[in-house]
Amino acid sequence: MITFETSPDRYRHWKLRFDGPVATLALDVAEDGGIKPGYALKLNSYDLGVDIELHDAVQRIRFEHPEVRCVVLTSAKDRVFCAGANIFMLGQSSHGWKVNFCKFTNETRNGLEDSSRHSGLKFVAALNGTTAGGGYEVALACDEILMVDDRSSTVSLPEVPLLGVLPGTGGLTRLTDKRRMRRDLADVFCTMAEGVRADRAKSWKLVDATAKPKDFAAMVAARAATLARQSDRPADARGVALTPLGARYDDAGYHYRHVDVAIDRDRRVATVTVSAPDGPQPATLDAIGAAGAAWWPLAMARELDDAILMLRTNAAEIGTLILKTRGDVGRVLDTDRVLYGHRDHWFVRETIGMLRRTFARLDVSSRSMFAVIDEGSCFAGTLLELALAADRSYMKQLDDGANGAPEIALSAANFGPLTMVNGLTRLMTRFAGDETVLGALDQRAGERLKAPAAFEAGLVTFAPDEIDWTDEVRLAVEERASLSPDALTGMEASLRFGGAETMETRIFGRLSAWQNWIFIRPNAVGETGALKNYGTGVKAKFNWERI
Amino acid sequence: MSINYSDRIPNNVDLSADKTLQRALEHWQPHYLRWWQEMGPDESQKLDVYLRTAVSVAPDGWAHFGYVKMPDYRWGIFLAPHEADRKVNFGDHKGEPAWQEVPGEHRANLRRIIVTQGDTEPASVEQQRHLGLTCPSLYDLRNLFQVNVEEGRHLWAMVYLLHRFFGRDGREEAEALLERRSGDQDNPRILGAFNEKTPDWLAFFMFTYFTDRDGKYQLCALAESGFDPLSRTCRFMLTEEAHHMFVGETGVGRAIQRTCEVMKAHNESDPQKVRALGVIDLPTIQRYLNFHFSVTIDLFGADISSNAAMFYSAGLKGRFEETKLADDHQLRNMSYQVLEVADGRLGTKEAPALNALNERLRDDYIKDSAGGVGRWNKIIQKAGIDFELKLPHKAFNRRIGTLASIKVAPDGRVVSEAEWAANVRAWLPSDEDRAFVASLMGRVVEPGKFAGWIAPPTIGINKQPVNFEYVRFN
Repeated sequence: MITFETSPDRYRHWKLRFDGPVATLALDVAEDGGIKPGYALKLNSYDLGVDIELHDAVQRIRFEHPEVRCVVLTSAKDRVFCAGANIFMLGQSSHGWKVNFCKFTNETRNGLEDSSRHSGLKFVAALNGTTAGGGYEVALACDEILMVDDRSSTVSLPEVPLLGVLPGTGGLTRLTDKRRMRRDLADVFCTMAEGVRADRAKSWKLVDATAKPKDFAAMVAARAATLARQSDRPADARGVALTPLGARYDDAGYHYRHVDVAIDRDRRVATVTVSAPDGPQPATLDAIGAAGAAWWPLAMARELDDAILMLRTNAAEIGTLILKTRGDVGRVLDTDRVLYGHRDHWFVRETIGMLRRTFARLDVSSRSMFAVIDEGSCFAGTLLELALAADRSYMKQLDDGANGAPEIALSAANFGPLTMVNGLTRLMTRFAGDETVLGALDQRAGERLKAPAAFEAGLVTFAPDEIDWTDEVRLAVEERASLSPDALTGMEASLRFGGAETMETRIFGRLSAWQNWIFIRPNAVGETGALKNYGTGVKAKFNWERI
Repeated sequence: MSINYSDRIPNNVDLSADKTLQRALEHWQPHYLRWWQEMGPDESQKLDVYLRTAVSVAPDGWAHFGYVKMPDYRWGIFLAPHEADRKVNFGDHKGEPAWQEVPGEHRANLRRIIVTQGDTEPASVEQQRHLGLTCPSLYDLRNLFQVNVEEGRHLWAMVYLLHRFFGRDGREEAEALLERRSGDQDNPRILGAFNEKTPDWLAFFMFTYFTDRDGKYQLCALAESGFDPLSRTCRFMLTEEAHHMFVGETGVGRAIQRTCEVMKAHNESDPQKVRALGVIDLPTIQRYLNFHFSVTIDLFGADISSNAAMFYSAGLKGRFEETKLADDHQLRNMSYQVLEVADGRLGTKEAPALNALNERLRDDYIKDSAGGVGRWNKIIQKAGIDFELKLPHKAFNRRIGTLASIKVAPDGRVVSEAEWAANVRAWLPSDEDRAFVASLMGRVVEPGKFAGWIAPPTIGINKQPVNFEYVRFN
């Protein structure tokens, strides 16, 4: 079983150093430290294990080091920054592993941009040596790219000419959308295996600035200091330690304090139950700080995040997620009031960021998701996002006057802070930006809606009564679980992101979809495919038909 | 064969009819000369040096001797004669006609191979540029300069390929070859060993024996290339490389010879006392040998290499004496033994033969290197001295690949960090060793005279006497 929890004292591949407002995250991959056997991580190439550490390191900087305003991403190795994803790892991996690996790495890179955009944490890529493929793609996710000009180090995206696949971790998309590189030059760049040296990299806008080796450290320090000055992260706040989750993983599922995943392998269904806060919650910033990582919004988000990653990586055949909540609607709304009321405080802001990225992870998960809104549930505000993220929702309707009918409620959480990767809220996406509907819903924030009202407002898909409830939900889940997993993945990914494209949706949709297609094509992974045979000396034999 | 005896650039590539090449060279040649003035042998520009110049590839054409001022040396462009019907002799394209132009699909790899090889040529000139000031004789000074101008010509050979076959990209790479500098932190040469110093003449002789021999093996492997111009270029370069190794082998041999003579004359074997007699003690020579051998075998690259496999299958870089080997020349499903480090222990394992091509070339090189060491030992034996020089184990002092993670003694034992630290001064030249050798390096420029630490050669250059005025100071 692959797990995602780690901590700096266990890192094998990264060196984390702090110097006031600047943190340096230096890649120093242990060749023999692959997360799976069968390949050596040469030249600072990475696999999932390396990226899990990167994800953890960035999380720790966000929460444990509020004084850090700029992160310098560099390499501890001489004359090599990063060679990208390890090709032998890709060559021996199953299709599913590759897709899941790329998704996680994409999310980590998007996370850097998310932090820069929302929380003032800036990133500088300091390319101190040769930078290839995924190595350049992680640099592309930074605010600035600085490159050493030693006349031999190059930057390249050699995936197409060497491996017969794409720079699929955002590379192609960020060249045009973020670096604003001309597309004809991008065409040249993406087909030249040898890449370009610093001078041309600069003139093609692949990097922002270059310096000679002796001046490089000073340039990096100066740029990092400049970016740090643009940040509003606090200089004197105390960090919040990200304590271990205390998760328990067993045959029945994954169990945490506020999140529980019950896996039914026979039905290929997992029930993810998220619980509301179960006692009085902090109402002041001091109390929130004292609660630290145990503060419900953060604790719940970290647990849910881990649960999603665990399901994706270790439970590929569990194709349907039933999303449930348990607890008191009022307490969730109270917590939301405190949470979004203090959104400008660094720790609260980071917590909201964590929630945003976690729900975004759910959006791009290749699992069917049904929200089941039954008695005892609390789909309110932040937790209503679960139901809005789901492909459909079932809300139980009780007889008028019966006690304990499930209720949902909107809060500030649903109107801005938890945007999807398309830059829109789940409500805006759901109602295709219809301002009349959205304006009316805004007026109902805080109102508790039972099934008929929720159904009427378009916030739930179905509202079966007690007589129909059990069968309808059971049949829907069973039917869903019987459909083609590939068709469902494609259909869900298409329907979940309506409206205009953003760079992120283009990465997850256009780029990843093409990459995942190429990943199953014989030209890449067949016995004579380019990816399969890379490094063996056996030349790829292509089927020359253009499709 | 149309040889154009052009005044400035002797060549057999029909330069006078090739406008593209002319234009490229017109631009590059002044930059080359500027580089030579700036980075070529120190204080040498006005000397008349008795040099060999290649003026054609005919048997009598590759070795014309005469006095030349080095900046006026006629660096030429020569390819071994064209063989009709030459084929690609290995890899996936085996049996196809050899390529006369760069196949598009191999452009990037060929460019990389040529640039990497080309970068070593000016690098070694830069590494050796101060040695002229401490030469042990005019004979040796001339040999140094001969090596230098030929490294310069080898650069021309690679630049010809870049100019002729790689378009604008090739011209840029050719410029970059003149812009990098050995040992310059900001702008280093591509390969690590070519950024090391060559501080003294023993290091120079070791370098020309061991490191130029790496050059020979790389050129031999490239001489097999399916890209015919590269093959022909490398075959001609090999005729010159042989002289460099001759300089190395005889240079080390003459130092040994002199040490043995002095040891015998004084009946002295204690290294410190031998040093006091003004010659280089044999254990120091062994340590220099250990250093240059181990640093050089790193140049062959990772023992398991995907690039090596790719270059071979693509028909770009073959094995040593590829066409004389009896197998299928494709190496699919064959294996080759490489060293392996497992749990801190040194063992061997079978690797796919295609991926182990660097290791195979390294092994061929090691066999060849042993020959000269045997001849050096004969000198010691003949003097009746009980000492034997040995090549260190292949895993000793390696800086790349899996072997970099362990410490290995010259005899092949894996040792602890502590044992390494305790013995490293006995295994590799220490600062004191280098300082001692440097202390012997005084300049001797009187014809026929030799520094006290080195014996005269048995014969001179081009049948000239040993006391010939090989370099004239004006």
